[in-house]
Amino acid sequence: MNPVLKLLLEGGSLTTAQMAQVVGLSEAEVQQHLEQLKKDKIFLGWRPVLDLSREAAAGAAVRAVIEVKMTPERGGGFNRLAERLARFDEVESCYLMSGGYDLLVFVNGSSLQKVAGFVSEKLSTLEGVLSTSTHFMLRSYKEGGFLIEQADVQTSRLNVAP
Amino acid sequence: MSADPKRWVAGHVASLPKSGIRDFFELVAKMKGQDVISLGVGEPDFVTPWHIREAAIYALEKGKTYYTSNLGMIELRRAISTYVTEHFGVSYRPEDQVLVTVGVSEAIDLALRALCNPGDKVMYHQPCYVSYHPSITLVHGEAVAVPTYAKDGFALTAEALRAAWVPGCKILMLNLPCNPTGGTCSLEQLTKIADFCREKDLLVMSDEIYSELTFDGVHTSIASLPGMAERTIFLHGFSKAFAMTGWRIGYACGPAALVDAMMKVHQYTMLCASIIAQEAALEALTRGWDSVCKMREQYHRRRDLVVRRFNEIGLTCHSPRGSFYAFPEVKGTGLTEKDFSFGLLEKEKVAVVPGGAFGTNGLGHVRACFATSYEQLIVACDRIERFVQGIKR
Repeated sequence: MNPVLKLLLEGGSLTTAQMAQVVGLSEAEVQQHLEQLKKDKIFLGWRPVLDLSREAAAGAAVRAVIEVKMTPERGGGFNRLAERLARFDEVESCYLMSGGYDLLVFVNGSSLQKVAGFVSEKLSTLEGVLSTSTHFMLRSYKEGGFLIEQADVQTSRLNVAP
Repeated sequence: MSADPKRWVAGHVASLPKSGIRDFFELVAKMKGQDVISLGVGEPDFVTPWHIREAAIYALEKGKTYYTSNLGMIELRRAISTYVTEHFGVSYRPEDQVLVTVGVSEAIDLALRALCNPGDKVMYHQPCYVSYHPSITLVHGEAVAVPTYAKDGFALTAEALRAAWVPGCKILMLNLPCNPTGGTCSLEQLTKIADFCREKDLLVMSDEIYSELTFDGVHTSIASLPGMAERTIFLHGFSKAFAMTGWRIGYACGPAALVDAMMKVHQYTMLCASIIAQEAALEALTRGWDSVCKMREQYHRRRDLVVRRFNEIGLTCHSPRGSFYAFPEVKGTGLTEKDFSFGLLEKEKVAVVPGGAFGTNGLGHVRACFATSYEQLIVACDRIERFVQGIKR
């Protein structure tokens, strides 16, 4: 496997210089690997993981998960509609699901009204959408692999041990 | 009367040298808060995987707060037996050939106390874990060191073993991969060692604590070689592979008569290992393998990073085939390993352990543990580089 991809899969946040050190390549070579991964549409991009419940990070403070039932189309199944839906800026992630509904859509908005408006005016009016069920998120405990309320653990590990 | 209370300390205990790590530990402790990067630890930087911790919490909630069988919970012994068969190719009966102990350290002590008569000679390869020699002294055994060398990647060779052997040798202690060198033996080398043990009727105590952290090739336990299971005590634990150092849980497997002898000592001294740790260990064996593989992969990359950097810096460093220790030579800098370690700590705030702590064959080397994050390792190596360049000028 591409050594840079292996590192990315670990989920750390190394700079390209650090990655170069770890995998024993030059920075330029790491950059090349990243470019190739981007070209191959495996590596889609970076983004920070934020605790959006904090005042300072407010702005996209309202988040909802929407279960969408829809009618599949002959030939394309759910793809055309799902891809159309996914293009809205409000949509953070969008997945085709097995089970009781078809799409699971994660939506971000600056206020309850904005998210509600998006669901009622945009999402549910799309042709092919049969029903939606919106769940607002109340509190986050873990975000993108990071625990939210982790007290700063003062490590009492010994500095030197046999 | 104010005579010195030391007069009550038993002679053989008084004769034990202070651990070479101790002074250094005190010094590092004094520098708390000074941005010291420690490569001096002997444990994983990972916290025990959550599913294992959670299993222990659940056990507490369920009121599992009592003694277990002296041998350990039968469910755990069964899991150990299955694990050892699958990963090491040796079969032990859970009923009478497996003993759960308080870490491998207790298992080593038990084995020595149960098997070593005063004056019996015990061979061990050196540099080695700090407790081996003292453990032998504590049972009034006679320690016979077998040197290993950087040129062999610190693998134990049958030739060195033969050269060190003297009449009266009864036990051979192995630790492959080895703390502090990361050295381990190829199948060919191990086969020759096994032949030698049969020839001289040696009993083997094989401490396999780093075996899961083997990066190059496949780890083979000497117990799995033909005719060896009957003369080997297989010692293993959870500290390193499962990141469970503080739980103090390990085990010993071997011929029923020997396990029984060890159990006698264990029942009168320890009674049993903590039930909470046993529950956690059971969870580790049942569902922990993925975590082990993930951690091993990271250690592997970290090893490649530090070994490459040490050699670039001019500190000759063999690539340890296992464990999470690099053991570079610092002689080339003109400093002794002690001066190097103290100087590095003082000037660049990086802690490594002087190799002499692991026996005379460790002189001229330092032990650097790479069980720490990439970011820290990169900075630590840069600091070491600056330190080494500073000496040269």
